[in-house]
Amino acid sequence: MTTKPPPGVLRRGFGVLWVAVKEQPRIFTVAAVGSFVFAVTTIGQAYVFGAVTDRVIVPSIERGEAETSALALAFLAIMLVATLKVAGIIARRLGAGIMQYRLQAGYRQRVTRRYLTLPFAWHQRHPTGELLSNAGSDVEATWSPIAPFPFAVGVVVMLVGTLGLLVVTDPVLALVGSVVFPLIAWLTVVYSRRMSPLMTRAQQLRGEVSGIAHESFDGALVVKTLGRETSETERFTAKAHELRDTMIRVGRLRGLFDPVIEALPSLGVLVVLLVGTARVGSGAIDAGQLVRVAYLFTLLAFPVRAIGWVLNELPRSVVGWDRVQRVLTASGSQEHGDARLTGARGAALSVAGARFAYGDAEVLHGVDLEVAPGRTVAVVGPTGSGKSTLATLLVRLVDPAQGVVRLDGTDARDLAAGEVARAAALVPQSTFLFDDTVRGNVTLGADVPDEDVWAALRLAQADGFVAALGSGLDTVVGERGTTLSGGQRQRLALARAVVRRPRLLVLDDATSAVDPQVEQRILAGLRASDAGSTVVVVAYRQATIALADEVVFLDRGVVADRGTHAALSARSAGYRDLVTAYERVTDEVIA
Amino acid sequence: MTAPAAERPRSAAAPRTGGTVDAAGPERGAFATLAHGLRLAPEFREGLLVTLLLALLSTAGRVVVPVAVQQTIDRGLSGPTPDTGLVRTACLLAAAAVLVTAGANYAMNVRLYRTTENGLAALRVRGFRRVHDLSVLHQAAERRGSLVSRVTSDVDTISTFMQWGGLLVLVSTAQMLLATVLMLVWSWQLTLLVYACFLPLFLGVRFFQARLASAYLTVRERMGELLGAVAESVVGAQVIRAHAVEARTAERVDTAVEATRAAQVRAQTIAAATYSSGELTAAFANGAVVVVGVLLGIDGDITTGRLVGFLFLVTLFIQPVQVATELLNEAQNAVAGLRRVLGVLDTPTDVADPAQGRPLPPGPVGVVFDHVAFAYPGGPEVVHDVDLAIAPRTRVAVVGETGSGKTTLAKLVTRLMDPTRGRVLLSGVPLDEVAFSSLRSRVVMVPQDGFLFDATVADNVRYGRADATDDEVEAAFLELGLGDWLAGLPDGVATAVGERGESLSVGERQLVAIARAYVADPDLLVLDEATSAVDPATEVRLQRALDALTRGRTTLAIAHRLSTAEGADEVLVVDKGEVVQRGPHAELVDVPGVYARLHASWVAPHR
Repeated sequence: MTTKPPPGVLRRGFGVLWVAVKEQPRIFTVAAVGSFVFAVTTIGQAYVFGAVTDRVIVPSIERGEAETSALALAFLAIMLVATLKVAGIIARRLGAGIMQYRLQAGYRQRVTRRYLTLPFAWHQRHPTGELLSNAGSDVEATWSPIAPFPFAVGVVVMLVGTLGLLVVTDPVLALVGSVVFPLIAWLTVVYSRRMSPLMTRAQQLRGEVSGIAHESFDGALVVKTLGRETSETERFTAKAHELRDTMIRVGRLRGLFDPVIEALPSLGVLVVLLVGTARVGSGAIDAGQLVRVAYLFTLLAFPVRAIGWVLNELPRSVVGWDRVQRVLTASGSQEHGDARLTGARGAALSVAGARFAYGDAEVLHGVDLEVAPGRTVAVVGPTGSGKSTLATLLVRLVDPAQGVVRLDGTDARDLAAGEVARAAALVPQSTFLFDDTVRGNVTLGADVPDEDVWAALRLAQADGFVAALGSGLDTVVGERGTTLSGGQRQRLALARAVVRRPRLLVLDDATSAVDPQVEQRILAGLRASDAGSTVVVVAYRQATIALADEVVFLDRGVVADRGTHAALSARSAGYRDLVTAYERVTDEVIA
Repeated sequence: MTAPAAERPRSAAAPRTGGTVDAAGPERGAFATLAHGLRLAPEFREGLLVTLLLALLSTAGRVVVPVAVQQTIDRGLSGPTPDTGLVRTACLLAAAAVLVTAGANYAMNVRLYRTTENGLAALRVRGFRRVHDLSVLHQAAERRGSLVSRVTSDVDTISTFMQWGGLLVLVSTAQMLLATVLMLVWSWQLTLLVYACFLPLFLGVRFFQARLASAYLTVRERMGELLGAVAESVVGAQVIRAHAVEARTAERVDTAVEATRAAQVRAQTIAAATYSSGELTAAFANGAVVVVGVLLGIDGDITTGRLVGFLFLVTLFIQPVQVATELLNEAQNAVAGLRRVLGVLDTPTDVADPAQGRPLPPGPVGVVFDHVAFAYPGGPEVVHDVDLAIAPRTRVAVVGETGSGKTTLAKLVTRLMDPTRGRVLLSGVPLDEVAFSSLRSRVVMVPQDGFLFDATVADNVRYGRADATDDEVEAAFLELGLGDWLAGLPDGVATAVGERGESLSVGERQLVAIARAYVADPDLLVLDEATSAVDPATEVRLQRALDALTRGRTTLAIAHRLSTAEGADEVLVVDKGEVVQRGPHAELVDVPGVYARLHASWVAPHR
């Protein structure tokens, strides 16, 4: 988090707290009442000790004998008030905890729900790391003041009561109180204002330190093979030292604040005693009253800091809240119609005048494409020509800014939710595996018999390595599971698409990490299968292209030419250059 | 007088990264880990004695101030009229004590911060360097994330603990000792009583701590699973939409969120129970002290004033116990973090710079594999008894199927790994006797992925030779025949390449990597296979650049495309960890064998 705390942070922070109270009113009440009970029993404890001293300890020792009943009563009174206090503590802590965790859980669910409903185009505009921290640390930061919040509320109630009591006892002493306690709260705010830019800076530096480590370790092979370990360490050291120096500044500030905040109530008590002694002398109050006021001061000194803890967390909370809200209020979701697709075999696909832009940069400038059912079409084009974008349009991950994509003659936007996914499957360039078993990764929770899973794996040429895995279909892959090679991952992703018997299969360079021979077998298998699927394949390799019925040559966002591989090679120089480059390399080297 | 114990509600267990522990050797206990940490980072010990004295002083202040207040009240206000003079003097003395305490406290804070941050920075830097000194076996891609946490979040965990807990632990321990001493002075009988009351708590705390620790551990694990589930919904956005499995994904997230919440509440419940039991024990001890104290007072063994003071000391005594349970979670995180950092520092550098390394003799480099075999730790042998010599200035292509062992040969000749049997010699010098400084400047490898750093093109090329000027970098591109490509970049050599070089295409990154090797001007060049995702147009440039780069040097090229083999002086054919064929392309291609088979399968779809 590198954002500076926004202005009006206190007001807005209270707004966030108010949201929390409105969402969890009951548990908040439990915690706040618990906190109040805690505060009152804290004073009660002092009162009981005073009473025990005055009525039991002093007289008994003076008289030289003790009544058993008086001692038992004293013991019971001490235990009773402590039990009440403990009840208050449990209600406060558990209540605050439950409230905080419920809010965290609720907002994490809301944020991820939103991630799942927002269109793919939105995801493309937001870096993964940011989205992860929105649901993780930002939600946590938002509700971080909740832990001390009920405590602080209880303290405020008690503080008001105390000041009332002071006013009744003696207005002059009340004046001292009304200086010391606000002073503590004010100092806490000043402290958090001074501290928050430093903490922000430290957080930023932590990010930078981590960035260097990430980059340097990722490039470890380069660093090692070029013998750059020392200069890399120097680069890292400079940043690590910057972080260290910032943290030492944090320490200075905190080192100053802590003792001051601790000394203030003590000094306050001394002022109360000085002033109070004079007041006792002038007969305004009696000594007993002064002693009680002095006790109150010492007792309140610690809880008052709870207010400071809440104030301290507010800037972080507001920043987190803003970031979470950005997700929750993000607009845009795909609209769906209610049309259904009824065909059983290959789908007819048509794209007319499709335009698409990322921000201001248009990548597709009016693409037209017709694919008859059951045909296999290869999309070929140089890097950046818009092939992957076209692939995402075909399965309606994104909608064209202009133009239309039709499946079986129906505008994809008119189809019911889930209908496109039922008919069409995209295997993207980069594979994503869920933290799940091989079976789970292929079926994605659908009820598919194992023999169908195996059939799909066979078609994707993945049955061999899956069978060799420790637990076959039950082997956990993905983040915490068995590590698979890039080619193996691609083949699993392919099986995942094939098992759904898609009527339209879109392969976006989906076999790039697979050996050419294996790729040949996969594509041949797809053509030979009885599903009769329509297949659109984005490809580089000539061998892949050669298997297509037709080739579409995409260049700079438009369809530059289309026809068979032979026809295109004969008439299009750009196409020829692109697909025959390997052969020319070979010829040059040999020559 | 009962002051509320220092408690600070905080949310349990922040989400934490980090996976496997790279522990070398047996797992140490908490104290052994700390001691080991102090040995490896002596910065932590600097001025520790003075800091401890200051801690003692500020603790003493904490005890003295309330006592002074107490005395003022007792003596100044106990008579029929208040003794104004006495109160004033006492207040001034107490104020002086408050200020001295605050001063000592400040000095201690600052010193502690400085020392620990110095120590942590040193740990970070040493850990970082050690990671780079580890061999490629330890730097495997899937472990990099956790290696990064070793020098980032793990160290941060220690830092967080030092900030919040370290001080408190230090002060609390001192407070407990001081309170005990005072209690003993006033009444040994009551001191024994208090210890007897607390005995069950001391014993019970261990039980609670164990449960609490396991509860916090569960929270961290659930949190990890939660973040994993959320990550799926973000990283897998495309797949989830393409297959319309939103509902299933949401369910997985909900389950993880709910499990996390339940674990958090459970940990909080145990923490509250632990804290409460401390509070009740303190009350019980106080009650017992009142009863027994009065009985002792009647016998004349203790005065009223001391008895009242004793009740206050009991409070001072209970605080540290409560603090200990409060801080347990962070203390355990910190020790675990420290243990992981030390784990990296303890990992031996298996491929190390020789102590008395020799430089390579000047001139072109010849390569000899002397009965070399290699096996990955715990794995089967992947290279068996390779025995051959490569003459200086020869351009050799190494071909073979995936998994045949050709990349292993490249790693052995660059000493990224040491053979399990046999030796590799460069210009007659055994590789493990060559000083790294000489080895890394004379032998350069262009790895499979042309990794670029987030800097300009020129900066990246300078990784090959630190003192190369921008003009020299530009000249290098021209000499490699890449002038037209460079001219097409927005800012020439000053063009920023973005994170991991992602502003450039994969092939373009490879071009920069080749320029980087070119300015390094090595005598032995090792090229690992170019990536398959390079688009054909860039591939042409790449081949030209490689051709220019390899001219006149000893070159070992791991070939992905057989075109490389066709242009080489000599081809080494590797199959199942052995060199099965050797000779120029023209000779090998017509002999029935592995090479002819490879060649045929490559040519078929291209012609």
